Amino acid sequence: MQVHRVSRQYVIRKLLIMIPSLLGISVVLFSLLALAPGDPFDELATNPAVPPEVRAALRAKFGLDDPVWMRYWHWLIALLQGDWGFSFVSRMDVSTLIMQRLPVTLIVIGASQILAIAIAIPVGVLAATRPYSLFDQVANTFAFIGFSLPTFFTGLVLILVFSIQLDWLPFVYRADIAATGWAFYWEHIKQSIMPVTVLGLFQGAALVRFVRSSVLDVIRLDYVTTARSKGIGERKVITRHVVRTALIPVVTLVALQMPIVFSGAIVTEQIFRVPGIGSLLISSMLANDTPVVMGVTFVSACLVVIFNLIADILYGWLDPRIAFR
Amino acid sequence: MKERELRGLIGKVKAGKLSRRGFVQAMMAVGIGAPAASQILLSSGVAMAQSPSTYKPTKRGGGGPLKLLWWQGPTLLNPHFAVGTKDQDGSRLFYEPLAAWDPDGNLKPKLAAEIPTKENGGLSADGLTVTWKLKQGVTWHDGKPFTADDVVFNWEYAKDPATAAYTIASYQDVMVEKVDPYTVTVKFKKPTPFWADAFVGTRGMLIPKHLFADYIGAKSRDAPTNLKPVGTGPYMFKDFKPGDLVTGVMNPNYHQANKPFFDTVEMKGGGDAVSAARAVLQTGEFDFAWNLQVEDEILQRLEKGGKGSVSITPGGNIEFLLMNTTDPWTEVDGERASLKTKHPTLSDPEVRKAVALLVDNKSIQDHIYGRTGPATRNFLYGPARFDSKNNPIEFNVDKANDILEKAGWKKGADGIRAKDGKKLKFVYQTSINQPRQKTQAIIKQAAQKAGIDIELKSVTASVFFSSDVANPDTYTKFYTDLEMYTTTMGQPDPGTHMLQFVSWEAATKDNKWQGRNITRWQSPEADKLYRETEVELDPVKRAASFIKMNDLAIQNQIVMGIVQRPTVSAKAAKLNCNISGWDNNTSDLSDWFKDA
Repeated sequence: MQVHRVSRQYVIRKLLIMIPSLLGISVVLFSLLALAPGDPFDELATNPAVPPEVRAALRAKFGLDDPVWMRYWHWLIALLQGDWGFSFVSRMDVSTLIMQRLPVTLIVIGASQILAIAIAIPVGVLAATRPYSLFDQVANTFAFIGFSLPTFFTGLVLILVFSIQLDWLPFVYRADIAATGWAFYWEHIKQSIMPVTVLGLFQGAALVRFVRSSVLDVIRLDYVTTARSKGIGERKVITRHVVRTALIPVVTLVALQMPIVFSGAIVTEQIFRVPGIGSLLISSMLANDTPVVMGVTFVSACLVVIFNLIADILYGWLDPRIAFR
Repeated sequence: MKERELRGLIGKVKAGKLSRRGFVQAMMAVGIGAPAASQILLSSGVAMAQSPSTYKPTKRGGGGPLKLLWWQGPTLLNPHFAVGTKDQDGSRLFYEPLAAWDPDGNLKPKLAAEIPTKENGGLSADGLTVTWKLKQGVTWHDGKPFTADDVVFNWEYAKDPATAAYTIASYQDVMVEKVDPYTVTVKFKKPTPFWADAFVGTRGMLIPKHLFADYIGAKSRDAPTNLKPVGTGPYMFKDFKPGDLVTGVMNPNYHQANKPFFDTVEMKGGGDAVSAARAVLQTGEFDFAWNLQVEDEILQRLEKGGKGSVSITPGGNIEFLLMNTTDPWTEVDGERASLKTKHPTLSDPEVRKAVALLVDNKSIQDHIYGRTGPATRNFLYGPARFDSKNNPIEFNVDKANDILEKAGWKKGADGIRAKDGKKLKFVYQTSINQPRQKTQAIIKQAAQKAGIDIELKSVTASVFFSSDVANPDTYTKFYTDLEMYTTTMGQPDPGTHMLQFVSWEAATKDNKWQGRNITRWQSPEADKLYRETEVELDPVKRAASFIKMNDLAIQNQIVMGIVQRPTVSAKAAKLNCNISGWDNNTSDLSDWFKDA
């Protein structure tokens, strides 16, 4: 198969290009963090009970006195050996810290992505098949409101209604729940409802608009008219002929959003105290814990690059008109 | 009451002619509170009656979970590396010191069998030695016995600069020796009036020798127990996710009978102070929330939920106003506000007096801080035994006008007073923080009425409180005429606190502005008083020196107290907990319980 071999070559070439771009990204990230003001041991300087020698000893111990290029080199060599660095603040491996936060992030952000897709596709398709109908206008209005309202606002409104007024849902997320069996799952679902809803509606709102316009583009094409004139039922035309084609760009968009699932949602995590990667990133930034910041941002960067590649490949696979060269 | 009379009374108590209660009543009659009175007795060699325990449960456990909400979660659990209170509070679930500070600033034994006093031979007459008797039969969570070797080890561990322990200052200048398996002595190089530093309170938590012995010095960061504490405390370690969650379970072998009450404990981190208050006061999801820097108005509204109440614990932290003694607008030898200069207008004592009369502490308390900031003029106000009664709050614009008029500061066409071509125009800086900006406005308004023009300046907190030598806007540089912030007092002894008034601590270019004396006040009288407190072993005389030092600084208008900043926390309605402003929030966790 001619096409297949070409695409394999293409993938290999893309993978090779990834190496210098990731190196470039890491250099930029590392130098930005090195240039940024602030010192992880700044707090010690203003603490009268800690003598300056302790601070000096710590700086030496964590290699902060070395020149930047040397620190970068050490970091890179360690990374190639699978060592992501050591947190100044928590004094544990960065990889352990990230792994602790990863499951919650994947569950909460993943669930919200699924919710977003589950809402966006049917609503977007329905709205596009009946453009400018009442349903379309209502859907459009809600989509506008949805992505215009910031998550910190919708989050607080949900807390006020469901936690404080109705007292149905807890607003503090706890990763470690003492219950077992069904109660365990029920507690987890209960505390996830609000953060997942906030994030899911926010992302879903934007996606609805995208699906709608994509379906509208396709629905006017000649082949759809042909299908209809062949006597295929409207329902089948939409599901088999229109949606299949219209979703190609949507799939790419979703693939490109996947790295977000890893990096978390800083604001929403803060409001609901969800112990995800986003809250780890923000607290590490505030504490000037550069190895953790470097670890999280670099993993995000890698995922963006990889998912870009996956999106490219998916796109070509779904749409044979795209050629790999 | 004269010192001699006081000593007479103390003598009577010692001889058994006067009861403790009689003594306390006599002291109350002359305006000395009960805690201060009992401290005077204690330090004079009369053993302190243990404050009656309010602990009611009659068996260990059965209390269900205890849920604590710290809006900044602990990030590490080795008490020797704990920087902020969050880490110390988290470590304190599992580790204990020999003794803790109670709310009145008195010692309460934890791993010590008793508090050392002169009477029980714990304190030597020359002030050079403290002998601690350890509680026997205490075990670490892994079952190994707790002995004097552990105590000595903690000293060796913390004093080694290679360990890089944050507690080093409490241990590096003392010698610790084991006398027998349950007795240790702490020896000082010179007579030390404040002996309760090593092994006490926030910096005194003890870690087990058998788990840390191999990780002393440079290897300290590799100890697995850094992340899995094994202590002697009321709860045993279960799980730790830095910044998010610490959990523990009841220690079935805890060394105090019938304690602890709760079966499990969890400390959740993250979020912000307002929603933390809400989770305790309004929804009741948590039992206790820490450090609520929230406007009192909001707290009062949340309290109406009825699920809990706000508890306010006095300590020594003070929001205060500083007046520069040096000239911040002239550069000498590459530094502004050099010790070689004098402030052009604030060097006139009459101007200082006038400015002091323009600070309306009462309004600041009533309209801004509420219960979270009681008004005071003193810089040193806690524990009660150090609180001076000589500095009443006086706010009087007319009197300020009068003083300035008499001193020759005449109003010009623009309404601003001037003398010899020098105008009364000040720049007043603080960090960006809403209550502080409101306070600035109140003072500016009053000053305007007295013909003083104040320009307000607010600096981002991360810059204002940084130690960045290159930045001109840090609080230690104090390159303005007036400034305001909160200074914290970590221990119930004012020794470190009062360093802010001694000449040799002036913050200058030479010490990279690390000196503690920010106003750069040079007063031989204050220096002399401080030197006295360093060697004075008699606590009554020593307290008198500190009070005099405070009065000197206030009455010369070097600084002025604005409001006290007590610890504010929220607790569930049924929770009984004793919070001390002189120790960690969780220092008395073993005694917390819930009413049925």
